[in-house]
Amino acid sequence: MTSTPVSIPLDTARDRRIPFGAVRDTMAIAQRNLIAYIRVPQLLVFSTIQPVIFVLMFRYVFGGAIDTGDIPYVDYLMPGIFVQTVVFGAIAAAIGLATDVKSGLMERFHALPMARSAVLTGRTIADLSRNVLVVILMMVVGFLVGWRIHTNVLALIGAAMLVLLFGYAMSWIFATLGLAVRDPESAQAAAFPVLAPLVFASSAFVRPETMPGWLQVFAENQPVSATASAVRALTIGGPTADYVWQAIAWCVGILLVFAPIAVRLYRRAV
Amino acid sequence: MSDSAIVVEGLHKRYGEVEALAGIDLEVSPGTVFGLLGPNGAGKTTAIRILATVLLPDGGRAEVLGHDVVRDADAVRRRIGLAGQFAAVDPNLTGRENLRLVGLLSQMPRSEIPPRADELLRRFDLAEAADRPLRTYSGGMRRRLDIAASLVPRPPVLFLDEPTTGLDLTSRNELWEMIHELVRDGTTVLLTTQYLEEADRLAGRVAVVDEGRVIANDTPDRLKSQLGSTVVEMGIRGDGRSEQAFGLLSGRIDGRVEREGDVLRITSDQGAHVLVEVLRTLEGVSLEPDTLTVREPSLDDVFLALTGHHAENVVADEAEATGDAA
Repeated sequence: MTSTPVSIPLDTARDRRIPFGAVRDTMAIAQRNLIAYIRVPQLLVFSTIQPVIFVLMFRYVFGGAIDTGDIPYVDYLMPGIFVQTVVFGAIAAAIGLATDVKSGLMERFHALPMARSAVLTGRTIADLSRNVLVVILMMVVGFLVGWRIHTNVLALIGAAMLVLLFGYAMSWIFATLGLAVRDPESAQAAAFPVLAPLVFASSAFVRPETMPGWLQVFAENQPVSATASAVRALTIGGPTADYVWQAIAWCVGILLVFAPIAVRLYRRAV
Repeated sequence: MSDSAIVVEGLHKRYGEVEALAGIDLEVSPGTVFGLLGPNGAGKTTAIRILATVLLPDGGRAEVLGHDVVRDADAVRRRIGLAGQFAAVDPNLTGRENLRLVGLLSQMPRSEIPPRADELLRRFDLAEAADRPLRTYSGGMRRRLDIAASLVPRPPVLFLDEPTTGLDLTSRNELWEMIHELVRDGTTVLLTTQYLEEADRLAGRVAVVDEGRVIANDTPDRLKSQLGSTVVEMGIRGDGRSEQAFGLLSGRIDGRVEREGDVLRITSDQGAHVLVEVLRTLEGVSLEPDTLTVREPSLDDVFLALTGHHAENVVADEAEATGDAA
């Protein structure tokens, strides 16, 4: 820096823009959030061990008591597990952002000439990258406990992409929640009442037809069920288009509603 | 464009019922240190947050290096560094990674960031810990890294919100020295503090802030000379003894004498002389004090002199009203 005391240097160089600056900002934030997964073991344990336990529990403990007709329960279960896994994993966005607000890091970000969108897109992209690994891991676990694909590899890849898209949409719901409560403990507490009905009152683990009528209405018309059904159609076979479009519509709808709310909350989140 | 590095005019901010800033005016000359002195809840942090574009004002305007903090926030952000009250660093990253992150987000060319990070890590005595995650840092080390982070893009204007809170004496002195160096190189610094001593040591000019208003704006020397440079506090226990001493000393001493219960407070420019005189006077009538403290004037003394009330009262009232918002 040139030192010119007692006069304001006309340093327009400071206003020079870096090409693709917003992308660089987003990647910097995403990288920072991914490093946390490597350095804080409990974060990774929560997003990997926990779904494995769910697979084992439902496959071997509850599975025998759950009737899914002609379909082997493990083939019914695994699509539900994928969806459940990304929903539970999305809590990380709520806790992470609430922690950043509380620690003052958000205040620092607000005072930096970075893209206003980078904190949220970087956060959600980091969680998306983690989900890629987690979904692959869950598929391996699924194959080990007897899960089989009755369609083809292309359909399987399509199913994985759909799960990732759904996980990305969920990240924005939980990002909104984290920015709204602004405290990591409260974020964790507030997340459970949101995700429990979504995950358990759904077609993820049992057929909604076995539920009381009023609950069936909810269970058959909510995003977790829609996505689980689409993933089932893609891995078990049968007509798929309706299920897949319905699931995509849910994801797009969630993003359209929650992304603007999250962005607005971020702007005042100091 | 004004010649001032920072211009603040009629700045207002309210949180619900609480008026955090009730119209503040300030001007800070380039290459100087300006101190905002006041108790918790006075509005210092609110003012810094608005200047750093973190918070929007409700009224008035502010400019940093000729750029409006609301309309031209991005240009302001490209010229400022901010170190808030809490160490705003990522505990999962190493010291070096934290500085790199701030460098990237400050739009620095990629190649300039590593040498700048190295330089700051050395300067803040963090070179050895540079590649350890921050979880392993002490509070003081985190605070130093936080301030280093605010300096990564070499900002011409630096905002420091209570920079030495939580630092040990050595770190504090080092930071003071560093601020002097930055200012020698042309940086403009606006800092907040609760300590008159800190404002005195660092700032060329000090605004005393109380309940969202600037109640005094002067050089530290002139502020202190209004007060006297030494405060002698004596506890004299026993029925009527402190009243008696008060009566004996008022008017006879070159300074201001106040009494609160058993405590006598004498504020004077002639510290040593006054102390000897006071003790001689009291000894003559067997009114020797039970306790005796000689100290520099504190923020509380400034407040007492300027507002007639204690800074502590303000702290209690405002903390209740504003929580952490101020």
